[in-house]
Amino acid sequence: MNRKLTSNSLKQTFDRRSFVVGAVQGGIGCLLAARMGYIAVAENEKYEMEAESNRVNLTLIPPRRGWILDRDGSPLASNRADFRVDIIPERLHDPEHTVELLGELLEFTEVEKIDLLERVEQSRGFAAVPVASGLEFDKFAAVSVRLPELPGVVPQRGFSRFYPTGASVGHLIGYVGAPSREEYEEEPQPLLLTPGFKMGKDGLEQQFEQTLRGIPGARRVEVTASGRIVRDLETREDVQGQAVRLTIDGPLQDYAARRLGLESGSVVVMDCVTGDLLCMASMPSFDPNSFSDGIGRLEYSMLSENDRVPLRNKVLQGLYPPGSTVKPTVGMALLGEGIDPDETVSCSGGLRVGDRVFRCWNRRGHGQTNLAKAIYQSCDVYFYSMAQRIGMWPIADACKRYGMQQQFDLPVVSQFYGTVPDPDWKQEKYGREWQAFDTVNATIGQGYMLASPLQLAVMASRLATSEIVTPRLQFSNTVPQFSGMGVSNEYKNYIRQAMSDVVNGPGTAGRARLPVDDVLMAGKTGTAQVVGLNISDGRSGPWRYRDHGLFIFFAPFDNPRYAGAVVIEHGGGSGSAYPVARDVMTFLFDPQRGLDALHNLERQWGGTAQQRLDRQYAEYASAAGVDLPPAPPPVTLARQVDAEARAAAAEPREADTNAFTPRDEANPRGDGTST
Amino acid sequence: MKGTVALPAPIAEFPWRVVLPLTLLVAFGAAVLHSAAGGSMSPYASSHLIRYGVFLIVALVISYFPQDWARFAALPGYIAVVLLLVAVEAMGQMGGGSQRWLELGFMRLQPSEVMKPGIVLILAAFFHTLPVGMINSWRALLVPLGLIAIPMALVLLQPDLGTSLAIAFGGVVVMFLAGIPQKWFIGGGIAAIVAVPLAYMFALKPYQQQRVLTFLDPASDPQGSGYHIIQSQIAIGSGGISGKGFGEGSQSQLDYLPEPHTDFVFATMAEEWGLLGGLLVLLIFGIVLRWGLIVARDAQDRFSRLLAGGLTATIFFYVAVNLMMVMGLAPVVGIPLPFMSHGGSSMMTNMLCVGGIMMVERWNRRNRQSNL
Repeated sequence: MNRKLTSNSLKQTFDRRSFVVGAVQGGIGCLLAARMGYIAVAENEKYEMEAESNRVNLTLIPPRRGWILDRDGSPLASNRADFRVDIIPERLHDPEHTVELLGELLEFTEVEKIDLLERVEQSRGFAAVPVASGLEFDKFAAVSVRLPELPGVVPQRGFSRFYPTGASVGHLIGYVGAPSREEYEEEPQPLLLTPGFKMGKDGLEQQFEQTLRGIPGARRVEVTASGRIVRDLETREDVQGQAVRLTIDGPLQDYAARRLGLESGSVVVMDCVTGDLLCMASMPSFDPNSFSDGIGRLEYSMLSENDRVPLRNKVLQGLYPPGSTVKPTVGMALLGEGIDPDETVSCSGGLRVGDRVFRCWNRRGHGQTNLAKAIYQSCDVYFYSMAQRIGMWPIADACKRYGMQQQFDLPVVSQFYGTVPDPDWKQEKYGREWQAFDTVNATIGQGYMLASPLQLAVMASRLATSEIVTPRLQFSNTVPQFSGMGVSNEYKNYIRQAMSDVVNGPGTAGRARLPVDDVLMAGKTGTAQVVGLNISDGRSGPWRYRDHGLFIFFAPFDNPRYAGAVVIEHGGGSGSAYPVARDVMTFLFDPQRGLDALHNLERQWGGTAQQRLDRQYAEYASAAGVDLPPAPPPVTLARQVDAEARAAAAEPREADTNAFTPRDEANPRGDGTST
Repeated sequence: MKGTVALPAPIAEFPWRVVLPLTLLVAFGAAVLHSAAGGSMSPYASSHLIRYGVFLIVALVISYFPQDWARFAALPGYIAVVLLLVAVEAMGQMGGGSQRWLELGFMRLQPSEVMKPGIVLILAAFFHTLPVGMINSWRALLVPLGLIAIPMALVLLQPDLGTSLAIAFGGVVVMFLAGIPQKWFIGGGIAAIVAVPLAYMFALKPYQQQRVLTFLDPASDPQGSGYHIIQSQIAIGSGGISGKGFGEGSQSQLDYLPEPHTDFVFATMAEEWGLLGGLLVLLIFGIVLRWGLIVARDAQDRFSRLLAGGLTATIFFYVAVNLMMVMGLAPVVGIPLPFMSHGGSSMMTNMLCVGGIMMVERWNRRNRQSNL
């Protein structure tokens, strides 16, 4: 009985407890249903979005870059369709192996492989590293076929920047390249990480980056968790960047660059009616086409070892003593101070100032010299004498008014000021009193004076027109109204005539006369001394001791349309500069005749600038072998060049107290008949 | 026989109430596996159906065992499985790695799986033989605990936390149903609360600790161990009410969902069939489990009651833990979803449980008939 009762009570316990178990089970069932309803209904939108972002991969298509056009609308920078290969470092499994295999497929040399590996390691995990572009289809296909063995390698069809005239526009246009870490940090957009995207790194490409860039296209693809593309969903086309039209005359730019030939120098040509910069050539240069895929160590090494600084834009960042090219401007200052142009100074080959004798470049003397003769014969003594009469201030003012020490409103990365010394400046800089001999040195563009080729071209334009011509680089159909410089027509014509006589009369640059009927070019020669006579005679010996050759010019002399400046670094005197100016102007008025002259010269030099650069590169590559230091990223490179340029162009640290001894004014090399 | 339609006995006695919903669930599972295999019967769906067929026959055969057989088999069976567990452990030691199965040639036998119904059987038999008056004694507590602890320890050594918890759960539920005093459960609960942090600190392997941490905050490691939970919830959540359509689930089709055919098969299903599919699955499990509990309550003797109740609880444990895991309510412990996940061991265990409950149901019917 007792046992049965207990058994019954156990049965009751079981019923009770099994009910509890059932209730717990039902409760958990309801909890699960509620939880599922919450996830699937209440949070459905959120999870749908997450599933979608899992499934869909958005790939940006780098926009086609806007073209850079010359004034006639022909491209200075365009794009061409190309097969390219990039590496995304963070997707690499075994960088060495991948680079090795890729190098084999693309037939890389050992140097190129090391180079690539280094670039991959440096940018590890960051943006795409360009491997090669402009590939032939065969190689491209070879890489595409072996993709399964090459994780992280991205072959794609795209566009690469193409500069038809190559090195001729290198400094002006700049180049493009994959964004650096710094650039991405400054502008953290996914586009900058997209393989194949390039942004402007220098020159106009950098200045007009936002205009040229365009809007990226996008491709939506369905991908698996492991990144395999299942299918394309939709593709949005990119919008090409806007074109930038320059005032540059493309053919003239190319001509001038090529005409500089073996020299290190620059040519600036302006339209002095509108201020349009027609040509800003600076040589030697680099080929922006090859720069646009990053600088290889070989190329960098070659460029950085070149003492002619092919990475510096000499038009804007080269500073030179203007030498005698400043004389017409000083002449304007004299006229402005009421000096009668017909008043003569007797030049006997030198002038005593204080306890020093300042020599004229012509040791025999120029005899009785008025202002005109002092310009076309470039008589130093006349200016020594007259400058002392009016003092430094009017001369410094004139120099500044005519463009020296000015920065112009141009879309360029940097332009150097240069120096126009005056008593205050010297006091501040060196803590010394301005001396008479400082004025004397300055009047012939030596001493502390420094100007850039662009400033000299502006000076030529203003001398030609007596209007405050300001240069511009972006094309516009409007003709700006420049205000006058307050120079009477009489004086304006007087200086024009004197400068014409430099070329067409009894002047120092007779060989600069244009071989074009009815067009007379006016100009002024200049020879800027780099070291004293005790080191070099300025014409021979080590290249870096030779004098700079300068020439400013405008044409036609009586109704100026074009003006410009040529500076040849260490050309050995003005004789190296004016033949370039002559040919460039000839090309402007009679292209065929200009080209004939150029072709003759290029035969002597051994090919066009591009051909010579390519050959130089090949020679350098074979000589250098593999043991080269790596190239720094392009940004630091540019800064470094900037710094070097600044140092090279700085004023002397100590105040110069020596009398300056000018060199022969006209000294075309291999031609003794200087006049 | 009170049925209005006189069916032949074998058909009338056939356990339709469980076989029909189970077959529906397995077929649904096969459809999901078909989709998980990228729209193909092989390798998952076809073997899933074949296994179900085979183990259904096994279960039906079991259901014909008389009660005496079951009771007498309990202890030798338990000892045999424990020995197998020891053998597996020993082989694992010799093989230099952990091993959970014995290669029998035609299949891989996981002794730990057999232990899940095994522990229920031995405890049911134990409480059946225990004199009723001793239910409040220490013996009623300690002997079952010992019986649970031995296989649990061996399975933990493998290491397989999920299965050892399943064994413990089945055993504890049988003890609860057997009527041992409530105070011991309350005491045990308090002990568990104390033990859980200690176990977490000292007993769990680092990867298991990581799973617990990840469960508490999946976003802390979205690409690592939180990935499973996050992707599973994305799959379920993005399915919405009616799902994305058969074979259209991007999470499973594009490999974002890990283990779409085993542990996370419910997420695969929910993505394509939505909340409606999920409720259907829950409903079928509800029917099956309710059937199990009804069988237990209808049972005439203590052994049958405890056996049916414990087996039902074992199935329930699988379902609950798996579903809570895929919905982000429990840490990731590798426990598959009964009758839907692809996997022979899970199918075997659950069909053994079902077979056991069918067996009890048959005993009940016999008893009712004899009582009449």
